[in-house]
Amino acid sequence: APQGRLLCGPGLRRSRAGLLVTKCGLLRHRPGGGGAYWVDSQQKRYVPVKGDHVIGIVTAKAGDVFRLDVGGSEPASLSYLAFEGATKRNRPNVQVGDLIYGQFVVANKDMEPEMVCIDSSGKSSGMGIIGQDGFLFKVSLGLIRKLLAPKCEIIQELSQLYPFEMVLGMNGRIWVKAKTVQQTLIIVNILEACEYMTAEQRKQALAKLSGN
Amino acid sequence: GVLERSREQLLRQTCEAVLLGVLHPRTAISLVLQVLSDAGSLLSCCLNAACMALLDAGLPLAALFCGVTCALQPDGTILLDPTARQEQEARAILTFAIASRERKVLMATTKGSCSVEEMQQCLAAAQSAASTIFQFYRDSVHRRYSKC
Repeated sequence: APQGRLLCGPGLRRSRAGLLVTKCGLLRHRPGGGGAYWVDSQQKRYVPVKGDHVIGIVTAKAGDVFRLDVGGSEPASLSYLAFEGATKRNRPNVQVGDLIYGQFVVANKDMEPEMVCIDSSGKSSGMGIIGQDGFLFKVSLGLIRKLLAPKCEIIQELSQLYPFEMVLGMNGRIWVKAKTVQQTLIIVNILEACEYMTAEQRKQALAKLSGN
Repeated sequence: GVLERSREQLLRQTCEAVLLGVLHPRTAISLVLQVLSDAGSLLSCCLNAACMALLDAGLPLAALFCGVTCALQPDGTILLDPTARQEQEARAILTFAIASRERKVLMATTKGSCSVEEMQQCLAAAQSAASTIFQFYRDSVHRRYSKC
């Protein structure tokens, strides 16, 4: 925000009478720039926001556009040209049921959300079709934000356990792939339990697993 | 039956008064309440449960609300949150839905007959009781957020 202007983030709404708090949670403040306030709330249901990176599941192909389920109230649309190196002749190989990691370019309450798999310079930067195998599961949005924080302890501890690949979607979906099915399922169970475990309980569980 | 339908309508109107529906156009928000046990004051129990469910789901609300039931006994005393037995013996039962902003009344329903002064007294009692319920909401949410 420009200097002197305070930004109202999620959970706060400006009204005639001043500021309205619309969600319950912890009030956070960031002093950088003009300053920003927002409410850190925990919820499971995702509402599409422009610029969010999410994991979508392809539900239909309608002509030139794919319909993706992103966990919101409406399916998002993804054009086949929105992939890196895609042209009318060179179409991406997307089937119904595929997992796609992309970001929203249009996401407001009045219009159907639209996604793309390239950034503003035309590069894919990690987005696109997610590979075969692996396991997709859903967690709460608060846990995703915790995992996405820089130097997250949970991810560091898990990476010392087994090597694995992970994609985090802001819509609460996580895709994990490790070397064997058993390792993948162990990582999935730990991530799902992380919501309710404290740090000590998590360290104990991981110590028991790496001892085995 | 008709009684359930009227309860649904009262709940719906209360929720619609606090929900910020403008943020979710063309969307249906459905609230499902399952009665596990009924020991009296069912409507206000449903109102409290509905508010906590909306809070937990993260839906944008303009205010919180709570339900308080008052039973007017035959001798004129006011009983808050009556049991089923006390409800049956009462002369009139009044249920109010009270908002958290300035304790405004969102919904009022009466079964039985009472005078206007008695209703005002019940309303005043309900408004002061609402503070206890809102404090309970705050403590529950505090407990939930202190775990993360």
